[in-house]
Amino acid sequence: MRRPARRIGTLGDVVVLGALAAYAIPFFWQLLTSFKPEAELLRVPPLLPSRLTLAHYRVVIEQSLMPQALGNSLGVATLTTLLALVIGLPGAYAVARLPLPGKRLLLLAIVASTAFPQIATVSPLYLLMRALDLRDTWAGLVLVHTSFALPLTIWLLAGFIREVPIETEEAAAVDGAGLLGIFRWVVIPLLAPGLASTALLAFLFSWNEFLFAYTFTVSGASRTVPVALALFPGVFEVPWGDIAAASMLASVPPVLIVIVLQRFLVRGLVAGAVKE
Amino acid sequence: MTTLPYLRIQRLTKKFGAFTALDNISLEIAEGEFVCFLGPSGCGKTTLLRAIAGLDIQTRGRIEQAGRDISILPPTKRDFGIVFQSYALFPNLTAAKNVAYGLENTRAKRAEVAKRVRELLDLIGLGDHGGKYPAQLSGGQQQRVALARALATSPGLLLLDEPLSALDAKVRVYLRHEVKQLQRRLGVTTIMVTHDQEEALTMADRIVVMNHGAIEQIGTPLEIYREPASPFVADFIGVMNFVAGTVVRDGVVRLGRVELACEADGLTPGSEVTLAIRPEDILVQDVPGPGSQPNALRARVDALAFLGSFFRADLVGDALEGMLLRADLPVDLVRRLGIAEKTTMSFLLPRERIRVYPGSAIHR
Repeated sequence: MRRPARRIGTLGDVVVLGALAAYAIPFFWQLLTSFKPEAELLRVPPLLPSRLTLAHYRVVIEQSLMPQALGNSLGVATLTTLLALVIGLPGAYAVARLPLPGKRLLLLAIVASTAFPQIATVSPLYLLMRALDLRDTWAGLVLVHTSFALPLTIWLLAGFIREVPIETEEAAAVDGAGLLGIFRWVVIPLLAPGLASTALLAFLFSWNEFLFAYTFTVSGASRTVPVALALFPGVFEVPWGDIAAASMLASVPPVLIVIVLQRFLVRGLVAGAVKE
Repeated sequence: MTTLPYLRIQRLTKKFGAFTALDNISLEIAEGEFVCFLGPSGCGKTTLLRAIAGLDIQTRGRIEQAGRDISILPPTKRDFGIVFQSYALFPNLTAAKNVAYGLENTRAKRAEVAKRVRELLDLIGLGDHGGKYPAQLSGGQQQRVALARALATSPGLLLLDEPLSALDAKVRVYLRHEVKQLQRRLGVTTIMVTHDQEEALTMADRIVVMNHGAIEQIGTPLEIYREPASPFVADFIGVMNFVAGTVVRDGVVRLGRVELACEADGLTPGSEVTLAIRPEDILVQDVPGPGSQPNALRARVDALAFLGSFFRADLVGDALEGMLLRADLPVDLVRRLGIAEKTTMSFLLPRERIRVYPGSAIHR
């Protein structure tokens, strides 16, 4: 009985690897494009560049908005993540643990709020931003991104908190710890994997978000990476090589973060999938 | 000299919405006693323990500990240590840090804490394991660390919530003994919740049998086993034969076609009763005597199962009118008398071993 199962396993592996390769092709094409000389960009033979050049990267770094945009994106995404966790964690704890009246309804409302299409809220939010004088500032973007990241943050963290055995918290309470002590010494250490995955999702949401970032920003003071990328094409030509180089640069921070956090991520993302 | 009870619970009621988890419970526990709350799941035993701990405050009623009213105090203000069913050790702290946690919150001196932790780890035989994390310890070791943590602040009351149920059978039996010894040595008043009757019988000084949020019976293990106050207790603890009978007159009931002497007074003649007798209390009438010996019954062995230390016989016969009695017979007796399936012989139902409960409520 084991042999057929193993053969299916091998076949499955091949299919998975094939699919992964297919998904990876655009990325590698982009990578290749970013190093190709200008003249070879739009010709198909040669498939591989005759020589590699850093010209596109030089343009992006020296002449474009990209360095500034990377700084903006890092700042906005980091602040969004922190704010979402600082607000979301107590919120999630309340939803998961405290005897709130109408808790289910509250949670439903939180989830339902994510169903609003962003485009439907752009105009009112723009008016709000203008009234608060927050256009073209980090603060404005952080506020908007946080408000959109929060439902997911609360929803995810509430799930992770429910998996912390309540007896562990009670044991700490019996041993004389206050609510903050329980939070600091029991809940947060046990929640680390969950916190890491939630933080990553919030960060990526903010990093990738385009619509609000495009609408509420005017200058290099606050334009983020997706906006800067979108502004590359000129009136008469599309600088594909420069865009490719900029995209590569835009991918570096998230990839680095995933690598740093991956020890926690696997635990966090599959938590609760199997009984321990 | 009258000793005041160490823990006094008065008319305690706990409701979860419309559900009554504890119904008017009153109970007194003496200092140094080991008491077990025993009952099936959902009987309210854990709720009662949690009310004593202050983790679930009762809806009504009063709890006094050492003469102090603790009814509405939060857990921190009460004087107890607790071991949870899942141990609830802090997985991010070492065994020693787990034990030290409560002490550190009392702002004791660092050197004193370290000394006490060492003392406790030695006490539970894990002196060399203080630096390990819970995940590096076996189930039994985790359980002992949880016990040490509960005892760290030298509480007046030790609460154990099914502490052994997550362990495998051998470790469980061993730890039963360990916990009991430790409790004796420290003399700490202890309440243990369990659904395992064997655990309760072997460990407790007194057992509180609970069902549907109420106390069915309080007594020593022997009392609970020998004189169960209700069919529920009789059925829950040990193995029990339940058969239908009728009252003939004071002290005499009819079972099938035989009249049995028993200790039952004040029941209306002709009323239906349930007779209960433990399988090991049914005796073989060794020397064939006159058939008129009191409480003798002729029956046929319908099935005979060897259970290692004894034989379990299913008894049927005309006298029983289709009812079935199980008897546990000593191995040597079965061999000596050559008892086999289809053997018909006389059995004795000793008068003082028959329990009589009003009503015909035969469960199972």
